[in-house]
Amino acid sequence: MKRRTWLIGTGTVVGGALGVGVLGLVARDGYYERRAKELAKPALFAGWIVIAPDNVVTVYIPHSDIGQGSHTALAMMAAEELDAAWSQVRAEQAPADPAFANRHFIEGFLLKGRQAPEFARSGTTLAFGEIGRLVNMQVTGGSASVRFTGQMGLRTAGAAARDMLLTAAATQWGVPRSELVTREGTVQHAASGRTIRYGELVQRAAALDAPAHVTLKKRSEFRLIGTAPPRLDIPDKVTGRTKYGIDVSLPGMLTATVMASPVHGERLVQVDEGPALAVPGVRKVVKLPNAVAVVADGYWAARTGLAALKPQFSSGSNAQVTSETISARFDTALQSAEGKKVHSAGDAAGAKGSQVAAAYSVPFLHHATMEPINVTALWEAGKLKVWGSEQDALGARNNLADVSGLALADVAFTPMAVGGGFGRRSAPKKDHLAQVVEIAKAVAPAPVKLIWSREEDFAQGAYRPAVTTRIEATVDDKGQVQAWRQRFIDTPELINEGFPLPYAIANQRIEAVAAPTHVRYGAWRSVAHSQHGFFTESFVDELAAAAKKDPLEFRRMHLPPGSRHRRVLDEVAQRAGWGTPLPTGHARGIALVESFGSVVAEVIEASVDASGLPQVHKVTAVVDCGFVVHPDTAAQQVQGGIIMGLSAALGEAITIKDGAVVQRSFPDYPILRMNQVPAIDVSFVESDGPLGGLGEVGLPPVAPALANAIAASTGRRIRSLPLRSAGKESPNA
Amino acid sequence: MSKLQVNGKDLDVDADPAMPLLWVLRDTLGMTGTKFGCGQALCGACTVHLDGAPVRSCVTPVSAAAGKKLITIEAIGEDRIGKAVQAAWVKHDVAQCGYCQSGQVMSATALLRSKRFPTDAEINQAMAGNICRCGTYMRIRAAIRDAAVQLG
Repeated sequence: MKRRTWLIGTGTVVGGALGVGVLGLVARDGYYERRAKELAKPALFAGWIVIAPDNVVTVYIPHSDIGQGSHTALAMMAAEELDAAWSQVRAEQAPADPAFANRHFIEGFLLKGRQAPEFARSGTTLAFGEIGRLVNMQVTGGSASVRFTGQMGLRTAGAAARDMLLTAAATQWGVPRSELVTREGTVQHAASGRTIRYGELVQRAAALDAPAHVTLKKRSEFRLIGTAPPRLDIPDKVTGRTKYGIDVSLPGMLTATVMASPVHGERLVQVDEGPALAVPGVRKVVKLPNAVAVVADGYWAARTGLAALKPQFSSGSNAQVTSETISARFDTALQSAEGKKVHSAGDAAGAKGSQVAAAYSVPFLHHATMEPINVTALWEAGKLKVWGSEQDALGARNNLADVSGLALADVAFTPMAVGGGFGRRSAPKKDHLAQVVEIAKAVAPAPVKLIWSREEDFAQGAYRPAVTTRIEATVDDKGQVQAWRQRFIDTPELINEGFPLPYAIANQRIEAVAAPTHVRYGAWRSVAHSQHGFFTESFVDELAAAAKKDPLEFRRMHLPPGSRHRRVLDEVAQRAGWGTPLPTGHARGIALVESFGSVVAEVIEASVDASGLPQVHKVTAVVDCGFVVHPDTAAQQVQGGIIMGLSAALGEAITIKDGAVVQRSFPDYPILRMNQVPAIDVSFVESDGPLGGLGEVGLPPVAPALANAIAASTGRRIRSLPLRSAGKESPNA
Repeated sequence: MSKLQVNGKDLDVDADPAMPLLWVLRDTLGMTGTKFGCGQALCGACTVHLDGAPVRSCVTPVSAAAGKKLITIEAIGEDRIGKAVQAAWVKHDVAQCGYCQSGQVMSATALLRSKRFPTDAEINQAMAGNICRCGTYMRIRAAIRDAAVQLG
């Protein structure tokens, strides 16, 4: 295997079980080889690692930094295997380039014998295309960065580079390789007392063949993994130096802002441009298929100009849609003809015992990233240059080629820091990209930055789907669940996430029923687990109550001894003091959700105040994600997931009136603030399970653990979120 | 023409007097450390100091800043308290996406200037106007307490 094919080498070394698409892509056009050469100059190129003669190790990170700290964690994984000194390591965002296509994302699923997650499969609104295309993604999602890119890509690349450096040193000194050790970015020969820095070896190493196989370190050999060096990105984030998409500035740049039809799917019919053009600083009004844009010297003039316009949009039957009509439609759909099978085991209809049934519903949710949607484009001589904050840089570039009709080679995309993603900035949503291409064409050759107002950001979201479900179970006289029958409203990214259930239930029948709406859907932090975690773990508590069992004990009864799930449950119960006395009115709820390869259990202590509002006192979380690369950023991700989960469970809901989203800014959509954050205790248990994700996994158990605590405290079962819109009746049971 | 003093420098700015300070900073002066979050003083991302007090620059007309000392995130590290706050943020790995953190640092610095050792309740009160969607609140609280100790 020659150096020029090293990029694929890093992939094929792993388990020999790679997707064929990767090999095909490389073999087809020599693209990787060319890119490898460009990036390799003047130093050794090993996968995504560049070691320069000055001893600086640059690790190219294919994922966006949307706040997870994965740039630091991934660089640590490369440095660990390379035996580099942490002080010599830099992390760089990789360009939006097929050479950095995120094939490890899909391989992670393939190697586990599973298919791609639903949100990454072909579909109508959330399509990435099939697996063959998926290798062309650079998505940041699926909590995949560390567990796939890090495990399969960067550790292997680091180990291979170290191997080549050892060979280079052995040759240079004329000593057996077996007498050499690597330490802190040097190769050392104890017998002769010689030490040489990696940078001095790169020229010789670059001439070597890449190893066909590398051996990764055992966990007991880790020196860097498991420690917590400060995140590399934070100094620039506390001084205002980090450049997000919205901070892009180009000579002669104009600023645009836009208003699209509040009812999704309608078209712009007519707009009188005059009032906007009369605003000082406004340059142009651009009519788009479903929106009107105002281009000005700066954002303030653009916004003032847009506010002066009264665009008319087409209007159809969707203008009568409300949250209530959607709910009614879902209820009807759940009672209609048989749904699509999601999971089936045994004979779910034939089991004997008492029947328990309940219906649950969750609302649409908005991402509300702190950085409003924005993108900057320059249309110049039939080519397009774009700068933006996207979760999937290469996917954005592909989408730009798609909406502009240009060849991929004529589209450049520069990824900028991302001010919050949570799924909103993943590739399937390309509306702002289509808008900026049209606006850039209209103002060419001036570059233009499109910024959505916060109101537009709310009105034109890609919402976490609202879902309703109905579940029935058969419980025998020993309290054992004999059958579980469930139907839920289908959305393209929902199926299979959350099933099969983690519990040992012999007879299961899970079905999804389609009931599309005109409201735009998208992936939202933890994707389908945010709904199914609430449904499953709330209902399990109801079953425990019906069986007159303690909720912890009831779950343990349905989990095999020695399982990761049971261990995590036991650990969280112990840490939270499950069963120990609490102040009057306080109660604990527990929930257990496996998502993205990690098993997470949470206990929430809550009460209800005199006005009937839920109060959260403490959250205890225990996470099994295999092993932890960076304990502090790992805890940070879980804490953030818990806070976002609490925010959603307590108060967040997007509602629809006259076909349009009602909420337009933060007061309408109460995001948790500092004074509302309870004590949060996060801890990890190691297991020999595969490395699991962390970015999303803290969120799903929050809503059910809270609802279960409220039920334990008050006897009132919450079957509909958010809790603080309560006062309303629960759905029928 | 508005006369401004931005981070110790006297500037003449040619802008509509009604234009919010945020857009003067970002679009006219090219200082992008101060962030646009909502445009309605609802999220705190745009917080700057006018004569030492935290204000939401997205709703503060540039005319209201005339004759006052404006300090932004770009220069808050030159202030003893601001520097301690930034150091505490790094030490506690506070930031995730980081977009709201300019505003958080500005609000926290203003708090510690007015209260040497704020209680948790006072921290919550002072910081409740700054939204962080990533959920870094616990670490912000810890970093503020730590900065207070470091400042002595």
